[in-house]
Amino acid sequence: MLPAVVLYVFSIAVPIGYTAFLSLRTVKVQGLGLGPGSRTEVWAGLSNYGGTLSDADFLSSVLRVLGYGLVVIPVMLGLALLFALLLDSVRVRARRFARLVIFMPYAVPAVISSLLWGFLYLPAVSPFTYAADQVGVTLPQPMAPGLVLFAIANIAVWGGVGFNMIVLYTALRSIPSELYEAARIDGCNELQIAWRIKIPVILPSLIMTSVFGMITTLQVFAEPTVLRPLTNNISTSWSPLMMIYRDAFTRNDIYSASATSVVLAVATFLLSFGFLRLVQNRAFAQENR
Amino acid sequence: MRRTLRGSLVALSVSALFLTACSGGSSDGASGSQDEATKPGEKVELNFWAWAPEMDKTVEVWNESHPDIHVTVNKQDGGDPAVTKLLTATKAGSGAPDLMQAEYQALPTMVAAGALADIKGELSGEAQGHFSDGVWNAVTLGTDAVYAVPQDAAPLMFFYRSDVFDKLKIKVPTTWDEYAQAARTIHQDDKKKYLGTFSSNDAGLFAGLTQQNGASWWGIDGDAWSVNIDSDASRKVAQYWGGLVEEGVIDNTPMYTPGWNSALNKGTQVGWVSAVWAPGVLAGNAADTKGKWKVAPMPQWTAGANVSGSWGGSSTAVTSQSKHKAAAAQFAEWLNTSADGVKALATISNVYPADQTNSAAALSEPPAFFENQPDFYEVAAKIAGTTAPFTYGPNTNVAYSAFNDAFGKAAQSKSAAAFTQALTSMQTQTVEDLKSSGFTTK
Repeated sequence: MLPAVVLYVFSIAVPIGYTAFLSLRTVKVQGLGLGPGSRTEVWAGLSNYGGTLSDADFLSSVLRVLGYGLVVIPVMLGLALLFALLLDSVRVRARRFARLVIFMPYAVPAVISSLLWGFLYLPAVSPFTYAADQVGVTLPQPMAPGLVLFAIANIAVWGGVGFNMIVLYTALRSIPSELYEAARIDGCNELQIAWRIKIPVILPSLIMTSVFGMITTLQVFAEPTVLRPLTNNISTSWSPLMMIYRDAFTRNDIYSASATSVVLAVATFLLSFGFLRLVQNRAFAQENR
Repeated sequence: MRRTLRGSLVALSVSALFLTACSGGSSDGASGSQDEATKPGEKVELNFWAWAPEMDKTVEVWNESHPDIHVTVNKQDGGDPAVTKLLTATKAGSGAPDLMQAEYQALPTMVAAGALADIKGELSGEAQGHFSDGVWNAVTLGTDAVYAVPQDAAPLMFFYRSDVFDKLKIKVPTTWDEYAQAARTIHQDDKKKYLGTFSSNDAGLFAGLTQQNGASWWGIDGDAWSVNIDSDASRKVAQYWGGLVEEGVIDNTPMYTPGWNSALNKGTQVGWVSAVWAPGVLAGNAADTKGKWKVAPMPQWTAGANVSGSWGGSSTAVTSQSKHKAAAAQFAEWLNTSADGVKALATISNVYPADQTNSAAALSEPPAFFENQPDFYEVAAKIAGTTAPFTYGPNTNVAYSAFNDAFGKAAQSKSAAAFTQALTSMQTQTVEDLKSSGFTTK
């Protein structure tokens, strides 16, 4: 047990503790703030938290990311479930190859895939815009104000479907085949088997992937950060993590950045545990009976 | 065994806490630490963070002639990431280099964070005489201290595609009214063509444009900072560009994107208000247009005037963590004021030296991309002398990041009114940040 405790203390507890400590401090400057000795670090109490919670930019970034999650999670899990069910159905050919191809985008780092999609989104260099121009069609601009959220969501979905598909597919493979035989004898078709047997049995996996999805949604950072220089429509505080990054590294204010990180961490914790409590009665009902 | 392990663990975590508390308590790194003494005959090793191209080869010239002080260049990307790294290292108490290439607008931020050393005492009395007053003021911040040696100046100039201008019979604009007229003519001739773009990506250019009109975004008044971002001078410039964007004759997409590069190269962006370093960017991004560009002084607000702003430009600073400040300052002075150093800067690293004594000799040839304009550096030298004064503040980083958001929205909304509102938003955020940090403001 001791090695685990040491590992935990140094890699998790100390950084968290230090962040919490920093979030309670701030720098005070005297006069012009030039030259040595003009800045001192002092206790700030909870004022950094007050600043974070009353910051309109922070609140709108949270709301934006919640909206983004409402797009990403259902689409990503829906596609992952669809692919998993298709792969699991009896008639599919080249199963191994199909599985690899669907999983492949997950192996592409988010920064690379964002750059790639950024090129496809920019009208001046996009092959889609070029092709549409040739046939006289004007495509909507993906990074226009109303669409930019979907443009970012698209990158996340593209990258995330494969991973979730593998999790769900693995759960599907563990269902004993007697269940299917029994269902077929009772006269079920493939759709009914999927709806009445497969989905209920892998419900715990679906819940787990939803929780992962929620956590990664709240932490969305790489995609909007890479796309930001390409457009006017992604602000430096588009997502909460981008705002933390801006405060800590662009504005050189690690104290309010720490406070915002603590708030974000607590919110992530509450949201994922709240969700688990909400669904556990339904999901794990058989086990508790 | 177990007991001793536990004991040492406690000691470890206690010392970790202690270290944390220490580094937290003293974020001020500039406390005058003495140079580490070197034994006779021992070589001083200096580390230099720089991003100017080929800086390592420029520094070779020094290393060959100064066997006792060896400088190693550590290549950085661009201005802001390097500043971030230095500020983080300063906060951490270690990890900073001895020397750092620092943009003028970042100097007050770095000085306020205690990242730079005052090298006034280490420089020879002749250093100041090599530079124009405006540039020297940028490295002293108007105080008695000297925080860096100026390296390159970056006066704003107007770059344009002379073939396009000839074809459409447009005269090179000398006033901003003529510039607007030229923008209209070009866009009317071909709806895909623009004379330029208003970019929300880089506040540096916009700051330079307001500088030309007499704005100075910060000011020092006794021991208080004043912030004048939302001034009449800036508002006129914002209104002008907002008007052109609203009219649709100037593009509103950001610079330095793959789309912008391809527009320059394909000839749908046919002009660029930029600084003296633009030939390097154009050569990299628009290689197909070589020989088609020309340079002229910036358009003026009043006909016949002769004022410019600047965009970027950098200096060589000695960090507060350096253990060899005297040697580092000696190198910084050599690099930016000696005949050999300035020549190496200009010919190897292709920067436009701030030094006024030795640079003319070093800059006899135009940049390769502008070989059709043999007088490129004569034009540049004339413009460099007309740069208006401008003071940057201790939170330029905050103002610049506020610019990205505020002007991003304004450029997208394509309305001149939104441009002036964006200035107000920048002003508010900048003042609030100064106040909440405890700076005395006016």
